[in-house]
Amino acid sequence: MNDAALEATGLRKSYGGAEVLRGVDLSVPRGECFGLLGPNGAGKTTTLRLCLGLIAPQGGEARLLGHPVPREARVARERVGVVPQFDNLDPDFTVAENLVVYGRYFGLGEAAIETRIPRLLEFAGLAGRAGAKITALSGGMKRRLTLARALVNDPELLFMDEPTTGLDPQARHLIWERLRQLTQEGRTIVLTTHAMEEAERLCARVLILDGGRVIALGSPRELIAAHIEPQVLEVHGAGLEAWLATARTLAPRVEHAGETAFCYAADAAPLLADLAGRSDLVYLHRPANLEDVFLKLTGRDLRD
Amino acid sequence: MLRFVSVWRRNFLVWRKLFVASVLGNLADPLIMLFGLGYGLGALLPSVEGMSYIAFFAAGSLCSATMYTASFESMFSAFSRMHGQKTWDAILYAPLVIDDVVAGEIVWAASKAWLTGSTILAVIALFGFAASPLALLALPVAFLVGLAFSSVGLVMTVLARGWDFFSFYMTLVLTPMIMISGVFFPAERLPGPVLAAAKLLPLWHGVELARPLVAGRLPAHALLHLGVLVIYALAGCAAAMVFARRRFSE
Repeated sequence: MNDAALEATGLRKSYGGAEVLRGVDLSVPRGECFGLLGPNGAGKTTTLRLCLGLIAPQGGEARLLGHPVPREARVARERVGVVPQFDNLDPDFTVAENLVVYGRYFGLGEAAIETRIPRLLEFAGLAGRAGAKITALSGGMKRRLTLARALVNDPELLFMDEPTTGLDPQARHLIWERLRQLTQEGRTIVLTTHAMEEAERLCARVLILDGGRVIALGSPRELIAAHIEPQVLEVHGAGLEAWLATARTLAPRVEHAGETAFCYAADAAPLLADLAGRSDLVYLHRPANLEDVFLKLTGRDLRD
Repeated sequence: MLRFVSVWRRNFLVWRKLFVASVLGNLADPLIMLFGLGYGLGALLPSVEGMSYIAFFAAGSLCSATMYTASFESMFSAFSRMHGQKTWDAILYAPLVIDDVVAGEIVWAASKAWLTGSTILAVIALFGFAASPLALLALPVAFLVGLAFSSVGLVMTVLARGWDFFSFYMTLVLTPMIMISGVFFPAERLPGPVLAAAKLLPLWHGVELARPLVAGRLPAHALLHLGVLVIYALAGCAAAMVFARRRFSE
């Protein structure tokens, strides 16, 4: 009996001859907030759909809360909640009706759902809005209601596909706060996101996917330490081209992308000394973060 | 096994909230047709198959209105839930599978169609065109007609890539079917091959069951007609599930 909330080995999936996943392994212990990162088209959503048992892999297997999926997906999903990337709330219903109708899909009785509604609305910051129409809600409120809907069956594991995309900072912080609360309650969260800052803040471990393969796995701090020098200087300005040669002698790694040079170094002092007093260059000095790792591993080229 | 009921109840709740517009849309059209054509055209005709034209047309109208309600609900409404609102996607995160959703949609569309059929039957009875309590047996017939057309309609829905797709089915299948199935005039007047084609389609069998029942007689070959409707319902449902599974495994 293993205690992983989610476990997948060698997942393969292709659509019309194009391989989307080329053998993905992952294991998420119970109670962890796990991040699934990758550029567009890396296979994140396909991985989520396979783990939920919505589609079948061509190779490999997945176990969701101990149940092999898709074979026992129905049973497994009784204890799972999903917050999809695009809101699909029922526009014909009020806030409360959305929760009631959704609870019925889990076989919950009317009375059981009704008693949960006030707590769910409170949690989602929607107290007093039970009778509001979906069309009257802001984007942030819809996202929070979708989160409340995903919790209607009191799930052990929550899948969240880009939960804060398009939200303002207030709404984003509220969602983060709630996700922390949910992990503290012992629930497992599997999160996909393009916001590296979000992954760094929330996730105990992240997995970076590119071209259908796992290219990195570990805690954000471990990944930063393993792949990137701790100090970063972002430099731009009219004198950049001429300065690049100097930069390469002062920093072990310099990436030149468009109008900006990214200088990575263990010690930023020589760079800072050289830049001090220059009027033709502007710089930003900051610690290395997960986004630097992500860009180093997946490249700076656009993905569509 | 009964998971599909929660899908049915979802649609029922929407219907209850939009009750007036929905009922008006489903009933006004067929009733205007029934009385307009029935009395208007009926005044020019002596009698059809031994009954007044309006009584003849009433049973046909019951079946065709049921067919239209089932088809609209299983195509346009279901497609908007599946494609536009992504309601089906949300349902599939819960412990339901696509077969449950398909079954729920088909039974729901058939229920809504049954309501149209039974209301028309009530109007027919109110105006004295129903000859005996045998007409009550037209109620289960209406449900079966609803099931047959909901199942076929849902096949169209899970195959559709856009709204245009339904116009082909409406124009090329349903409109000709209504003309050759004995709704407006006795199908026996049609040329042999056309009548033979009508006998392969579900609407003709529905009319063959409903018309005698409304006129107070037991229909001939009732088992055959029921069998054809059941086959359409079951085959349509199976096909809809197969195509829906394919669509949702992408």
